[in-house]
Amino acid sequence: MFGFSRAQVIAFAVLVLAVIAAPFLLYPIVAMQVMCYGLFAMGTNLLMGSVGLLSLGQAAYFGLGGYVAGYLVQSLGMTPEIGIVAGGLAGAALGAVFGWLAIRRQDIYFAMITLALAQIVYFGAVQLTGFTGGENGIQGIPRSALFGLISLKNDRVIYWLVAVVFLAGVLFVHRVVHSPFGQVVKAVRDNEPRMTSLGYQPASYKRVIFILAALLAGVAGGLKATVMGIETLSDVGAATSGLVVLMVLLGGIGTIFGPIVGALVVVAMQYYLAPFGAWVIVIQGAIFVVCVLVFRRGIVGELAYRLKSPL
Amino acid sequence: MVMILGKPLPLLFGQLLLGLINGSFYAMLSMGLAIIFGLLRIINFAHGAMFMVGAFVTWALFTYLHIDYWGALICAPVIVGLFGVALERTVIRRIYKLDILYGLLLTFGLAQILQGLATNYFGVSGVSYEAPHGLGGVVNLGFMYLPIYRGFVVFAALVICGATWALIECTRLGALLRAATENPALVQAFGVNVPRLLALTFGGGVALAALAGVLAAPLYSVNPGMGSDLIDTVFAVVVIGGMGSIGGAILTGFALGIIEGFTDVFYPPGSAVVVFVVMAIVLLARPAGLFGKTA
Repeated sequence: MFGFSRAQVIAFAVLVLAVIAAPFLLYPIVAMQVMCYGLFAMGTNLLMGSVGLLSLGQAAYFGLGGYVAGYLVQSLGMTPEIGIVAGGLAGAALGAVFGWLAIRRQDIYFAMITLALAQIVYFGAVQLTGFTGGENGIQGIPRSALFGLISLKNDRVIYWLVAVVFLAGVLFVHRVVHSPFGQVVKAVRDNEPRMTSLGYQPASYKRVIFILAALLAGVAGGLKATVMGIETLSDVGAATSGLVVLMVLLGGIGTIFGPIVGALVVVAMQYYLAPFGAWVIVIQGAIFVVCVLVFRRGIVGELAYRLKSPL
Repeated sequence: MVMILGKPLPLLFGQLLLGLINGSFYAMLSMGLAIIFGLLRIINFAHGAMFMVGAFVTWALFTYLHIDYWGALICAPVIVGLFGVALERTVIRRIYKLDILYGLLLTFGLAQILQGLATNYFGVSGVSYEAPHGLGGVVNLGFMYLPIYRGFVVFAALVICGATWALIECTRLGALLRAATENPALVQAFGVNVPRLLALTFGGGVALAALAGVLAAPLYSVNPGMGSDLIDTVFAVVVIGGMGSIGGAILTGFALGIIEGFTDVFYPPGSAVVVFVVMAIVLLARPAGLFGKTA
C-alpha cells in the first residue's frame, strides 16, 4: 500500500495512533515540538540517508523558515498557513543556492561547507535586526486564525494543524524515497561513478535532495515558530544543526521512522534534563559517541534489522 | 594625520595587527587539522574544544599548581597531547574502517562533551588569565602603539608554524609521516609502527591546538565557547586552502585573518562573514581549494 512494506504499514498506523493519543498523554506543546523536529529530522535524513551527505548547517533553513513565518504573521499580519508555506519556500530557495555551492565538494568538505554557509545566515540573523529582532528574536508571534477562519489560540486546535502537516510530511518523504527518482538517488550514493557512466548527472540529483531537505526544514521552522510564538537565534545556530543530526543518527540513518523516534528521544531528553543545565550537552555528546562506536544502526534501524524489514 | 583610503594610518595598522592575531590562530588550528586529516583521514571536530581545554589547563596550572605562563607553554600542550593520544588509543582508533563521516560525528560528540563539562565547572562566562610578567604593557612604535603581548602572539605563532613545517618537511619523522600519508600499508611493511604513528599524530595535532589555547588565554576570556566560535571559521579556512599542504594551511590562515581585519575597517558588519564569503567565491572558482590537489 502506497509503497509501504507490511512492517511500515503497521509502523505508520502506530504513528497515527500515537499522534492522535499524544495530546491526551503529553503536554500538547511538547508533542508539537516533537513533530516539528521530526519533520526537520526527516528532511535532514533525506540528505544523510538517501545520498549519504552529512550537512552540519541545516539550522540555517530551519531558522530562516521560522523567521519568515514569524515576520509575515507578526509584522505583515498574514495568516499562519501563508507564513508556514512561505517559510518552507524561503528554506528551499536558500537551499537551492547553498546546495549549488556545497555539492561541488564531497564528504567532509561538504559537511564543513554547509557548516560555514550556515554561519553566514547566523551572523546575518544577528545583524538584520529589522527582520529578525537580533538578540531578542521575534517575540509574541500571534496565532492568527487559519485561513482567516479557524482560531488557533487553543493548543488542542493548533495541534491538529501540526499533526496534519507532520503526517503529510512522513508520506511525502516516503514517496520521494520510494519513487524512481529515489532509486536513482540511492544508486548515486552507492556508486556515483557508475551512475555517471550510465548517463545520469549525480550533482543534479543531490541538488534536488538538498532543496527538499531545506524545504522540510523551512516548513518545520515555520511551524515551530507558529506554535511557540517565538523565533530566536538559537534556532538558526550551529547547536540546532548538531541536534538534528543527532536525532537522525540516534533514530537510524536512512529509515523512514527513525528521525521521528530520534526527535522524540532528544526533545524528551531536553525537556526532562533541563534542570541539569549543561549536563544535557554532555549527555548529547556521549550519545553521539556511543551511537558512532556501537549503535550505528540507531533505534529504528536496529529494530528493522532484527525484523529483517525496512522501517 | 596620514590617511589611506580615508582611514587614519594607526587604525589600519591596529587592524592589521588584529588580523595577524586572528590569522595566527586560524593558521595554527588549520595546520593541526590538516596534519591529523592527512594521516588519520579524520576531520577533528573536537579541535576547537582542544584549543579551549588548552586555555583552561593554562589557567588551572597557574591557579592550582602555581605554574606560570612559560611553564604552561610547555606543560599544557603535553597534557592535552597525552589526552589526545589516550583518546586515539581508546576511541578514535575504532572507527578508521568506517565511512569518513563517522569520524566527524564522533569528534563532534567529543567536542560537545568537553564543552559541556567546561560549562558545568566554569560557567558560560569562564575565567580570566593575566598576561605574563614582562609581556604586559604597550610599546610605541612611532606609527602605532603595540601591546607587547599581542606582538608576542604573532611572533610565537610564526615560530610555531615554521617549526612544524620544518618538522614535517625536513626531518626523518616528517618524512615517515608523509610516507604514511601516501601509503600506510607500504610504510608498515617496511617495519614502521603505523598505529603508534597515528596515535602520535593525533596527539601532536591536538597539542598544537592546546598551544594555541595557551597563547589565547591572556588575550581573550577563557570560556567554554572559545573553541567552538573559532572552529567554524577554521573549517572555512581549511576549505579555502585545501588540506593538501601544511604551508598552504599556514598561508591561508594568516591571509584570511588579515582580510577579516581590514573588512572590519571598511565594512564592519561584514567582518563576521567575510571568511565564509571568500570560501563561497573560492568554491566557485577553484572547487578543490587554493592548495588542494583533487576535487
